[in-house]
Amino acid sequence: MNTDLNDAIIDIIDMHKWFDDFHVLKDINLKVKPQEKIVVCGPSGSGKSTLIRCINRLEEHQKGQIIVNGTELTGDLKNIEKVRTEVGMVFQHFNLFPHLTIIENLSLGPIWVRKTPKKEAEELAMHYLEVVHIPEQAHKYPGQISGGQQQRVAIARSLCMKPKIMLFDEPTSALDPEMIKEVLDVMVELAKEGMTMIVVTHEMSFAKEVADRVIFMDYGEIVEENEPYAFFDNPQHDRTKLFLSQIL
Amino acid sequence: MKPSETEELKPPATEVGILGWMKHHLFNGAFSSISTIVVFLVAVKLVPPIIQWAFIDSVWFTSGKECYEVSGACWSVVTQNIRFNIFGYFPYAEHWRPLVAMLILFGMLYNSRDWQNWHRKLGYAWVIALFTMAYLMKGGGLSYYIISLLVLVCILTYDSEKQLWLKRAGLLCLIIAAVVLISMGILGTLAYFEFSGFYFDELSSVPTTKWSGLPLTLLLSFFGILASYPLGVMLALGRQSKMPIIKSLCVVYIELIRGVPLITMLFMSSVMFPLFLPEGVTIDVVLRAQVAIILFTAAYIAEVVRGGLQAIDSGQYEAAESLGLPYYQKMRLIILPQALKIVIPPSVGILISAFKDTSLVVIIGLFDILNTTKTILTEPEWTGFSTEAYIFIALIYYVCCLTMSQYSRRIEKELEYHADV
Repeated sequence: MNTDLNDAIIDIIDMHKWFDDFHVLKDINLKVKPQEKIVVCGPSGSGKSTLIRCINRLEEHQKGQIIVNGTELTGDLKNIEKVRTEVGMVFQHFNLFPHLTIIENLSLGPIWVRKTPKKEAEELAMHYLEVVHIPEQAHKYPGQISGGQQQRVAIARSLCMKPKIMLFDEPTSALDPEMIKEVLDVMVELAKEGMTMIVVTHEMSFAKEVADRVIFMDYGEIVEENEPYAFFDNPQHDRTKLFLSQIL
Repeated sequence: MKPSETEELKPPATEVGILGWMKHHLFNGAFSSISTIVVFLVAVKLVPPIIQWAFIDSVWFTSGKECYEVSGACWSVVTQNIRFNIFGYFPYAEHWRPLVAMLILFGMLYNSRDWQNWHRKLGYAWVIALFTMAYLMKGGGLSYYIISLLVLVCILTYDSEKQLWLKRAGLLCLIIAAVVLISMGILGTLAYFEFSGFYFDELSSVPTTKWSGLPLTLLLSFFGILASYPLGVMLALGRQSKMPIIKSLCVVYIELIRGVPLITMLFMSSVMFPLFLPEGVTIDVVLRAQVAIILFTAAYIAEVVRGGLQAIDSGQYEAAESLGLPYYQKMRLIILPQALKIVIPPSVGILISAFKDTSLVVIIGLFDILNTTKTILTEPEWTGFSTEAYIFIALIYYVCCLTMSQYSRRIEKELEYHADV
């Protein structure tokens, strides 16, 4: 396991992925250090969501290696489950469990995966609900709260598993503008507390505020990566320049 | 248009109250008004004669011969044959036994209707109830029942964390079993030597071929529904499996069973299956019918559940997997609760059909309530009164099926997702 902060917590080596014949990820090489915050941006279809979904094996890669927290991701189910307990994921469409209350949504993981006793799991859940600033919603159902609140609950649900890495797949893309800020604020707080984060997003304000590196992907390749101010002020590649001109 | 200036502003008389209701629901446009008039005329033509026939001119407790002299309904076909209709070929003097068994069943079902009531005590009550019902229906060696019941209770009370069970509960069971056996032995011996006074009489053994009528219908339906639902869910999950052997087995099973009528399966279970058994070994006929019904219904449940599983958004699967939930927990906690809730309407439809399909067991020589009715009608005395007899049976089926569908609607309401409050 990682004790040296300079050792990569995520190591992707020469990774390729195909959807049938479509080469969606080409020759990906990426090292993520613990507590590093990475923002991945790019046009739609560039493979950025697929990339982070490979990190927790929601997608399988066909070539190359992905090593997360010392465990290599292969077909071995035990390794996959080990990795998934250490990697939390927040989805664009929240994916809360509609038949459970908020607090049940949160305590499910600790109770059934980490075998935490119910009372302790519920205290943990309440703690993280306070971290995301909505402790009063504990006994409501997902259908009864707003989108911004649902996404914050989704973040809290992942945090309850105390992961080492958090992946965010366009967390604010499905939210109304008023709610984007409340979710980004929570993510910024999380970043400042030292979580390793990989965020696929179009919110460049977030990148400028907390990212250590910004990665630009296009057509399945990592085209450019740099620390934020260098990236936005001085893009090297034409494709990066084109993309930035479209979104900024 | 200016509002008219009157002292009191009340809505027009044709808009409120009963006239208002009629206007909006019955005469709500040309098509609606015409349909209302047509239905009303049809009702006026049909309903009075029906009431005349069914209630006014009918006779209720006469013999068959007297019925012929009456123009109304002959409900005597029901009342005079009620015991054979309900209990079939079960020995006449022992009819109290299936009656008590049915009452126990209804009582237990009624008590189990609320999910809040489901705890250990109810489970134990069900075990005792089932054994009691079995003994009432079958009769025979009481000692066997008591011993197997006690063994079952011992198994159920086993708590792997507390090894004391072996010492306390097991010992208790053995003591009770021993006491029962010894006392029966003593009493039996006393009876043999004809010491007068109280002696313990076991219920007479009734062969399962004589189980018929309503108890048989209820028995086959109850266990059919109970066993086929979990089996169907497992088949649906197996069909979704990525392991090729399991998937193929489930697909073959489902498609094979759905391709044949239930009657074929009953026929095969009764006629063909015994050919494969060694000489002299027979499997109880009711058990064969029960297994055929369970296997048949499970295949249909499987397909309906599979539809439910497909309807669940893939994001739910992904969220569960991202938390690290293994397959069994993912299905049990997240996916199945949502999927099964969605498919309650078609599932209950299948189960209601299964209830009515129990009448097909006549093909293997068992007489459920429909076939006892038909047997009654073969007697010359009652042959002309099939209408009345079938109306009665229809009512019984209707009450049972209505109960099932009303209960399912109640479950659906309870499981509604709380949203947009």
